[in-house]
Amino acid sequence: MDAREHILSSVRSAITGAVDPAIPRGYHRSLGDGTDLVDLFAERVGDYRAEVHVIDAEELPRRIGRVLGEHKTKSLIIPSDLSAKWLITTSCQVIPDDGRTDAAGLDGVDAVLTGCAAAVALTGTIVLDAGPLQGRRLISLIPDLHVCVVPASSIVGTVPEVMERIDATHPLTWISGPSATSDIELDRVEGVHGPRTLVVLITR
Amino acid sequence: MSNRLARTDQGPGLHPKPGVAFLGMPAFPQAAKVALGDDQLRTNLGRATDTIRTKRLAVVGEMPDWQDLRESAAAIKDHTLANLDRYLVQFEEAATAAGATVHWAVDAEEACRIGVEIANRHNAQDVIKVKSMATQEIELNEALEAAGIHAWETDLAELIVQLGGDTPSHFLVPAIHRNRHEIADIFTDRMGEVGRPAPDDLTAEPRRLAEAARLHLRDKFLDTTVAFSGANFAIAETGTLVVVESEGNGRMCLTCPEVLVSVVGIEKLLPSFSDLEVFMQVLPRSSTAERMNPYTTMWTGVTPGDGPQELHIILIDNGRTRALADEVGRQALRCIRCSACLNVCPVYERVGGHAYGSVYPGPIGAILNPLLHGVSDEHDAALPFASSLCGACYEACPVAIDIPTVLIDQRAAAIREHPEPAEAATMKLAGWALGDARRLGRLQRLAGRFGGLASKIRWLPGKLGGWTRSRRIPAVPEKSFRQWWAERESESETAQDGDDHGRA
Repeated sequence: MDAREHILSSVRSAITGAVDPAIPRGYHRSLGDGTDLVDLFAERVGDYRAEVHVIDAEELPRRIGRVLGEHKTKSLIIPSDLSAKWLITTSCQVIPDDGRTDAAGLDGVDAVLTGCAAAVALTGTIVLDAGPLQGRRLISLIPDLHVCVVPASSIVGTVPEVMERIDATHPLTWISGPSATSDIELDRVEGVHGPRTLVVLITR
Repeated sequence: MSNRLARTDQGPGLHPKPGVAFLGMPAFPQAAKVALGDDQLRTNLGRATDTIRTKRLAVVGEMPDWQDLRESAAAIKDHTLANLDRYLVQFEEAATAAGATVHWAVDAEEACRIGVEIANRHNAQDVIKVKSMATQEIELNEALEAAGIHAWETDLAELIVQLGGDTPSHFLVPAIHRNRHEIADIFTDRMGEVGRPAPDDLTAEPRRLAEAARLHLRDKFLDTTVAFSGANFAIAETGTLVVVESEGNGRMCLTCPEVLVSVVGIEKLLPSFSDLEVFMQVLPRSSTAERMNPYTTMWTGVTPGDGPQELHIILIDNGRTRALADEVGRQALRCIRCSACLNVCPVYERVGGHAYGSVYPGPIGAILNPLLHGVSDEHDAALPFASSLCGACYEACPVAIDIPTVLIDQRAAAIREHPEPAEAATMKLAGWALGDARRLGRLQRLAGRFGGLASKIRWLPGKLGGWTRSRRIPAVPEKSFRQWWAERESESETAQDGDDHGRA
């Protein structure tokens, strides 16, 4: 008997007569009406020490240029479908991802600019799905600065709501602030692996 | 080896070595006694668990629907376990259709064999790992080492433990038994031996320590072909795996290499992708006491051009079906490894994880180990007794595992397996004494006459000495309640005017 058959048959005999409960779903699916999702999201993602800007959509290209300037960015990688319109005030070197450069090759790049698939206000979470304006996972992982554009329309209130918006067939990355650890005396410290600085540009 | 580390290693406390970690360690009662002598551990642990307990209560307190989430989480897990064969087959189909290769392993040895084979096929001399309790359980690192393959732990705490030459003592914060100064010493003394050395001016400031780890590990991330991981959840409907983390080393290991091998316990399954809406709420708040952890990766099979192009999933049993068959204990398999129970346990707080002699310490370890292994080994048999049954773990558990009930059930199993004739005889004697009212009355009168002497006894031999080591024999009053009542009744019958209030 191979391992698969062995395990499945052990499982079957173990579960004979096991109670199979109905699953209650009393938890909240959404926040109350009248919650300002942009405000709440900005506050919650700011709690994680992300740098948060709330701006009008037309402001976006100027703000991107300003943020990259403030962070002294010299090289920026972008998903190949990212609009050139966003970069009109950006003066650093811009590298559209060719989809082939490996991790070592990306190591020298200072920053990455992406959009997102969705965001959760209650927990201050951004979800990337390697879809439009996001690119493959590697480019938002290796550079030390991640600038992420979050349109107000992509922000939902709760985790149950975001699950309805995202698709399991895509590789998904949930981001709640820059990288951190509590491994040293349970003292939370930002910046281990992954981008140590996260800048969130929320556009209304 | 530096003097500083030598002093620590020879200090009081338990110092299990990796590879032979728990072999030869005494069972819990003796191990706990040794651990209690380790002041450094108690200080570190006390401070750390106090901090996180407070934080957990705060973030859980924010959620008015917390109890609903717990109920749903428990029910989803119970339903999955009750239909586990169906969901395992569904998972295998979905994952395979998405490009993964699914392997099955009955025990640790088989799982390691499969893992080593895959690493060898790619001529890997080094592999990188995301923290995974399942891989610790099966002792994967040791198996790889024996095959000449070095496994680099990439979680900061696991790195600290690996460089420091000991073993994890908490499954969420494995290096909690080390303070920042010990960590700085370990980095300074050991990093250079295995890769980029720590900076010369390294201080014990957590920020500097984290930075040293970042630089030391970055080379490994960018350059290694094969990575091993576990998974927090495995979705039957879609074949998706989920890894919940904080530091980004997970993202690195799950994205950079060409080959990924994920070791997944069969109890990690959930039916549908949407079920994550419950678990992605209860896990972060229960484990690191945050609204959401920094990074979660969810991936399904292979995506061309994005991440590893070869994915292996090893489904392991390794005793889980034994636990599954136990009607009372089955609920232990709901565990999502948050460690909330460790952080509230008064026993764990005082003795730390090493005393439990297992990769799964604390309250959950006290039930999971005997359930996975049975109670023939004295170490597993001792664990259900490593508890005061205060029930704090049950309250804290996000999947509502009734740990105290399972502990008591396992205690009975342990006694059946390792009978205590003296205890059994004492219970029988007590049964005889209490079984008849008049007999009891006679015995009480007898005890009243000699009870004063009994309370002078300070020491009892053998097993009975367990009482006198930390307690006194209670004073037996001269008169039992029955005697007092009988005398009071007869007095009031003879009293003329019913004036007998206040008699003691």
